[in-house]
Amino acid sequence: MNGSRNGNFNLKNKIIENMVPIIFVAFTLLGFAVSSGVPLSYFLSELSSRFFRNAFLVLSLVIPVIAGLGLNFGIVVGAISGQIAIAIVRYFYLEGLTGLLLCFAIAAPIAAFFGWLTGKLYNKTRGQEMIASLIVSFFANGIYQFLFLFVVGVIILVPATHPMIKPDGVGIRMSVDMGKLKYALESILEVPFMWAVLVVCVAALVFMLLRHFKKKQELTKNKKINFYIRIGVFSVLAVISIISIITGNSLMSVRDVPAATAVLIALLCLFTSWIMKTKLGQDFRSVGQNQYIAGTNGIDVDKTRIIAVIMSTVFASWGQIIYLQNMGTLNTYGAHNQIGMFSVAAILVGGASVSKATVGQALLGTILFNSMFIMSPEIGKALFGQAILGEYFRTFMVYGIIGMALGLYVWKANRASKLTIDPDALSESTGRSAWITIPTPPDSSSSSGTRTN
Amino acid sequence: MSEKALGRMRFDAFVKKIGLPTLIIAAFFIVVLIAAVILDMPMPTLIGDMLKRFGMNGLLVLAMVPSIQSGTGPNFALPVGIICGLFSIVCGIEFGFTGWNLILFAAGMSLVLAALVGLLYGKLLNAVKGAEMTIATYTGFSIVALMELGWLMIPFKSKKMGWMMGSGLRETIQLDGVEAEEIINNFLSFEVFGIKVPTGLLLVLFAFSVMIWLFFRTKTGIAISAGGINPNFAKASGINIDRNRIVANVISTVLGAFGIILYSQSFGYAQLYAAPLNMAFPAVAAVLIGGATAARAKVSNVIIGTLLFQGLLTTSMPVANQLFAGTDLSEIMRMVIQNGIILYALTQVKGGAEA
Repeated sequence: MNGSRNGNFNLKNKIIENMVPIIFVAFTLLGFAVSSGVPLSYFLSELSSRFFRNAFLVLSLVIPVIAGLGLNFGIVVGAISGQIAIAIVRYFYLEGLTGLLLCFAIAAPIAAFFGWLTGKLYNKTRGQEMIASLIVSFFANGIYQFLFLFVVGVIILVPATHPMIKPDGVGIRMSVDMGKLKYALESILEVPFMWAVLVVCVAALVFMLLRHFKKKQELTKNKKINFYIRIGVFSVLAVISIISIITGNSLMSVRDVPAATAVLIALLCLFTSWIMKTKLGQDFRSVGQNQYIAGTNGIDVDKTRIIAVIMSTVFASWGQIIYLQNMGTLNTYGAHNQIGMFSVAAILVGGASVSKATVGQALLGTILFNSMFIMSPEIGKALFGQAILGEYFRTFMVYGIIGMALGLYVWKANRASKLTIDPDALSESTGRSAWITIPTPPDSSSSSGTRTN
Repeated sequence: MSEKALGRMRFDAFVKKIGLPTLIIAAFFIVVLIAAVILDMPMPTLIGDMLKRFGMNGLLVLAMVPSIQSGTGPNFALPVGIICGLFSIVCGIEFGFTGWNLILFAAGMSLVLAALVGLLYGKLLNAVKGAEMTIATYTGFSIVALMELGWLMIPFKSKKMGWMMGSGLRETIQLDGVEAEEIINNFLSFEVFGIKVPTGLLLVLFAFSVMIWLFFRTKTGIAISAGGINPNFAKASGINIDRNRIVANVISTVLGAFGIILYSQSFGYAQLYAAPLNMAFPAVAAVLIGGATAARAKVSNVIIGTLLFQGLLTTSMPVANQLFAGTDLSEIMRMVIQNGIILYALTQVKGGAEA
């Protein structure tokens, strides 16, 4: 997102760098152009509710990327922990805000434990973390089903009359009613959409201007243009929101914004930025850049990586709880399955890569990805007369984007290493893990690169 | 050295030779078999089913051998080959072929198609060295998702495959309508002790296994293996590794295509749309259960692994249903075993354990 490093503003480079986000904006605009039946207010309603549902989950991916673990498809494990917490809370008929807070509290230790286990596993599958995380999500799904379909009822005895339990007394039903856990966050405070836009824009403008005048340093031309573009975008949005608040046009009918969810998302953003400034954050960064050098500098690489995974898993469990309290019912055996895939696709769409991710990319990606998600059935309907086509198309986009982003990343990394070292030599010495960098740190117990000896 | 320590060493050597995963799954399989006998299950039917499942999955598992040997890891992009096979079957039905003609046409067409696609896929893998498994998985996923659009949009006309109304192909296409259901299975098939032996199916699998076994004894085959074991050494001896990796993945893709034809005729249905999405994972798991690693695989691993894994799945379903009615315990078990074994293999990828 930050443009080319050299001071020259190079439009062509900029476009190439931000290809994926641009494609998504274009796709959404195409959707508006071809399908006449989509009012802007409907689109914004859908987008805002999807954004507040998903953003927390997508944000949970940032830390592992910085710590060099790549895209953690294993947040499914976190989602599962969140669902276990919800099941426990609902088993005792608890609901409302207290119930929700209890969910958060119960989910955290469960997710931390599972995160610890997955972290240990990633340390043993160094260089193949992403495929391992994908398989972990499948594996965890199996364990989860065993727990909920078999252990509950056969080993943990439960009354068959409980509304959550299947009529034969074994296993939890396909869908669990969340009671007043539903909209627990929304019910705290809801703000009209345009007011929320206005508040966010004004806050962003004030923040940016303050920082601009405080620094007072000479900006490069590139940064200057970036700065003015941002100021411009936020000003325009602010003006639009003022106009529609005064005139009360159709934009005022956009669904209200859940303030509490927004605060939670903002807190996670702040936390992620804050932790990067601490010692731990620096460790994440140096481990992410080069495990070997980090190890020689006295950083406990394995431990740092595990901490990153634990954080990601705990945040994902909370994210799933936020997601589900908005959905209203717990789809016991389906709600978690696609979470990893969709969240990863979203953050990639925002411009992140295997080794680079920011909070801003996560948020932008959530918006763009969900725009595509809302519009593709409409495009399918308008262009081909079948909404199902749009649904297949968006599945293709999810897999295609992940595949392409990962493929391009590795291809570029391999090409770059060809300029300096022979990639075969590199990949052999690290036991074919050239793309995540570098040999195993010396303190790791696993034997590295001895396959050929 | 004490007798006990010596015995322990012998045991360790035995475990190492057979492989821990193979032993665990084999033990589990035997337990389930004993349970089946105790529960008085109809053993002939069970064994017949087992043979059938073994035969129909065998080729898909065999597709793992060339890619693993060439050093690109298990072929997680198996759906690429599967899609080629399915597309050939669908085209064959569209052109009005039935019975043996359909099978032969599908095999011929998928040979050409899968070879071409495999060539491109091999090139892709050479560009992403070091992350083949991840990229392969998403290549497979993407192709399946792309063909979901294809099945819906390509204007097939045959009434045997379309919906009653609207355009696009059905999710599953019955092969008995084109006289191809179990056509290979029934070739020379016979019954012994009430066990129905799908002779044709097993013969085809056996033939391909021998062919792959022989191939890895030819000059090209040995060069492929050498490149997989030590790329640097192979390169120094003048072997074109990139080309060999492509050859291996072409073979793997073609085997995937043939595999799904064999699978579909035995199953009686060609499954389109999302069905091929996760088909790579059981195949990968089977070869690993047979004692292969992510870096080394033999034809014998395929035979043992498929027999154990598919045998376990076939027998555990009725046994589990009898013991715990109402819970699909065997499906849960499949997920845990299948993904557990893949994870185990991934932890071994760069360790020196198997060298």
